Amino acid sequence: MKLSRNTLFFFIGSAIFYALVKIMQFNGILTPYWQLVLDQALIIVIGALGLSIIYGFTGQFSLGHAAFYGIGAYTAGALDKVYGNGNMLFFFLSLLIGALVAGLVAFLIGLPILRLRSDYLGIATLGFGIIVRVGMENGNKLFPVLGGATGMSGTPQLAQFDLIFILALIIILLVRNFIFSTYGRACISIREDEIAADVMGIDTTRYKILAFVLGCALAGLAGGIYAHRYPFLHPASFDFLKSFDFLLIVVLGGLGSMTGTIITAIGWVFLLEVLRVVLGQDFIDWRGVIYALILVVSIIVRPQGLFSGKEFRLLVPEQLKMATGKERTYAGFGN
Amino acid sequence: MEHFLEQVLNGFQLGLMYALIALGYTMVYGVVQLINFAHGDVFMVGAFLGYFGFAVWGLPLPLAILLAMASCALLGVVIERIAYRPLRYAPKIAALISAIGVSLFLEYFSSLKFVFGPNYRVVPRPFPEIQWKIAGLTVTNIQVIVFVVVLIMLILLQILIYRTKTGMAMRTVAVDHNAARLMGVNVDTTISITFAIGSAFAALGGVLYAIAYPQIHPFMGIMPGLKAFTAAVLGGIGIIPGAVLGALIMGQVETLTSAYISSQMRDAIAFAILILVLLFRPTGLLGRTETEKV
Amino acid sequence: MPVLEIENLSKAFGGLKAVNNFSLALEEGEIVGLIGPNGAGKTTVFNLITGLYKPTSGTIRFLGEEISGLPPFKISQRGIARTFQNIRLFKGNTVLDNVRAVFHPRIKYNFFDALLRTPRFTAEELRVTQKAMELLEALNLDKRANEKAANLAYGDQRRLEIARALATQPRLLLLDEPAAGMNPAEVRHMVQLIRFIKEKYKLTILLIEHQMGMVMNLCERLVVMDFGQIIAKGTPLEIRNNPVVLEAYLGKGATVA
Repeated sequence: MKLSRNTLFFFIGSAIFYALVKIMQFNGILTPYWQLVLDQALIIVIGALGLSIIYGFTGQFSLGHAAFYGIGAYTAGALDKVYGNGNMLFFFLSLLIGALVAGLVAFLIGLPILRLRSDYLGIATLGFGIIVRVGMENGNKLFPVLGGATGMSGTPQLAQFDLIFILALIIILLVRNFIFSTYGRACISIREDEIAADVMGIDTTRYKILAFVLGCALAGLAGGIYAHRYPFLHPASFDFLKSFDFLLIVVLGGLGSMTGTIITAIGWVFLLEVLRVVLGQDFIDWRGVIYALILVVSIIVRPQGLFSGKEFRLLVPEQLKMATGKERTYAGFGN
Repeated sequence: MEHFLEQVLNGFQLGLMYALIALGYTMVYGVVQLINFAHGDVFMVGAFLGYFGFAVWGLPLPLAILLAMASCALLGVVIERIAYRPLRYAPKIAALISAIGVSLFLEYFSSLKFVFGPNYRVVPRPFPEIQWKIAGLTVTNIQVIVFVVVLIMLILLQILIYRTKTGMAMRTVAVDHNAARLMGVNVDTTISITFAIGSAFAALGGVLYAIAYPQIHPFMGIMPGLKAFTAAVLGGIGIIPGAVLGALIMGQVETLTSAYISSQMRDAIAFAILILVLLFRPTGLLGRTETEKV
Repeated sequence: MPVLEIENLSKAFGGLKAVNNFSLALEEGEIVGLIGPNGAGKTTVFNLITGLYKPTSGTIRFLGEEISGLPPFKISQRGIARTFQNIRLFKGNTVLDNVRAVFHPRIKYNFFDALLRTPRFTAEELRVTQKAMELLEALNLDKRANEKAANLAYGDQRRLEIARALATQPRLLLLDEPAAGMNPAEVRHMVQLIRFIKEKYKLTILLIEHQMGMVMNLCERLVVMDFGQIIAKGTPLEIRNNPVVLEAYLGKGATVA
């Protein structure tokens, strides 16, 4: 794999960011509280990128994303809680299994419902999310370890910033590579005009399912990490309101933009916490009100989202340079 | 057997209340293709206003209902004007996000101490509950009232939509905004009226709900709103009889599941049925498949 | 062997017979025009050939093999491409990506190559981009390669649709009103373009068009439809003077000056 210039800059930028965080940790500027917020932001980035693939790039309106986030969380969390013993290798395995289970469930439910038209698909995924939540609340009847309506605790808290950060970077790169390839182009063409894509030779059913499975697996991965960073899993954290959160992030960031999703995810998590701090104890009740107002104002001011369709140059793999006119040079095409 | 029929009656009661909410969803979707997520919260506001009307301010019940309906009609119009109209010709998803924001706003604003407060409130019955035994079944006066009231509202709605100019305007706008404009229909006003009616219906549903299930709180609208919305989709979004049909089905499924399987499973089963129906009738029970012209 | 053989093709929507007993054989290298008043069922025939509709009865054979009943993407992969009456570009994509997207079924790398950016991926992307640029050059769109398709002028959009169709390496090209909304100069250019691509890419072409100048100039023979049925077949000269055809277009008792 050759590294193109943009990718190199991406790595350098990430390294700088990492260094900054470490310095802030060392100085005490980054308190454990805000460290948790940062970790949560990165986890949400991974989950939101999943919905970005499904909805932002492939146009499949899913309102059940949090259900897969929860499936990953409970699967990985329960496995590691019961069998893990704090073993790092098992931890990674549990993350993988969590993602795979989420992807498998997505495949099974996606096969029948992905042929539904947009609004109906939304409601079907919404309904599925509720079914999953009920499952989480009653799962302890089958598997006592799952904890039921009061939640599950006891997962070894093995996820730390370093790990989460690196995982997030890897996921961002992999998602980018997917999008800027024929697979991404196939998905985008489905979003743009499903009928035309079909007639032009793209197996739309297959790629809708692929995008859905991939996106939900990412949600499952994010959930698995979440379970190892938060000592307590509660079914209410994975209901349709959480699905709305993911949707908000993807839409406000701009459909069809990874950069938008990433930045909005981080911004959204921090916004909620900043509001909490700024408002303090006296006005904490207003947090929800202000958040809602920001939401409404943001979407009215910028209905297409922050980055609709555009990406940071750093995220775009080196495109072939095309000069106008007779002379044409193809610059090195790396990853 | 009596027990089963009584549960069926309960299911009807619930379903008819869902129908009042579902009608608002489906009418609004018809004219602006928007799923108004804030609608369930208008239901909540209606419930609270009704409660304040008859339980706090001592108004006679019909007046309290009227107050709730009128206020929520106004609320619906204001919401549309501020949060949806600017996005009317933007991508549909933008209006949806705005609706989510409005929904959250209504919930959190109502939770503030100087508004409704975050706590549950018990709603005292504005009239005593009377039960009759008809053919061995216990029937309550609440059930009868809900049935009668909703039936009257449905008839009025039918008359409005099919026998008035306003109704024709609504139907026209539901088909094509520009064509409607060219025919002299004031699209903005028609949409506002649609929101007003839908919100008034939701408010009525809220008051009836508060009387029948006497606990209210600012987040009470979320699940009924979701279920009513599901009901509207189940019946075919945008189709008025579909909303009623879907709502009645949702009410029955929820009540019967609660009674015979488990009350925790009721939501799961209701939505599982929804998914199954959609798989066989992808545009809802009464929906028409729109074939796209290629 | 004819490239396309349609026998007694019918399509009914409920009680309405949109296409009734349509038969046609296309030999390799022909340009045949499918004409008729609006609503005659011409686009429906295209939709049937490309698999968007399933025939109620009749057969469609492409290169000797039955294709009716196959899903559209499989039919496309066998070598039939089309453009649309109401342009259906991937509007949010760039011009280049519109063309590159449809190379998808013929891409020689797999999922993991893409994720890991192997040399195979790199080489294939380069090849696809080059081929796409060649197509765009041939249709005079290369200078706009990085523009969003939605921002293109109407005539450019029509050409882009053709470029995209050509990228699927078809043997048979179905053009649905490629000159719609064009002025006479643009129509002339379109005629030249179609001749050019037919020669260069060795195509058989079936053309729906209302612009009679284009049709008469370009097509070796014509098939005329009205109310879902074929009412006449023949050379342009024959069709021009055919009273049945005139009546279909202009009503009873009309004559052409």
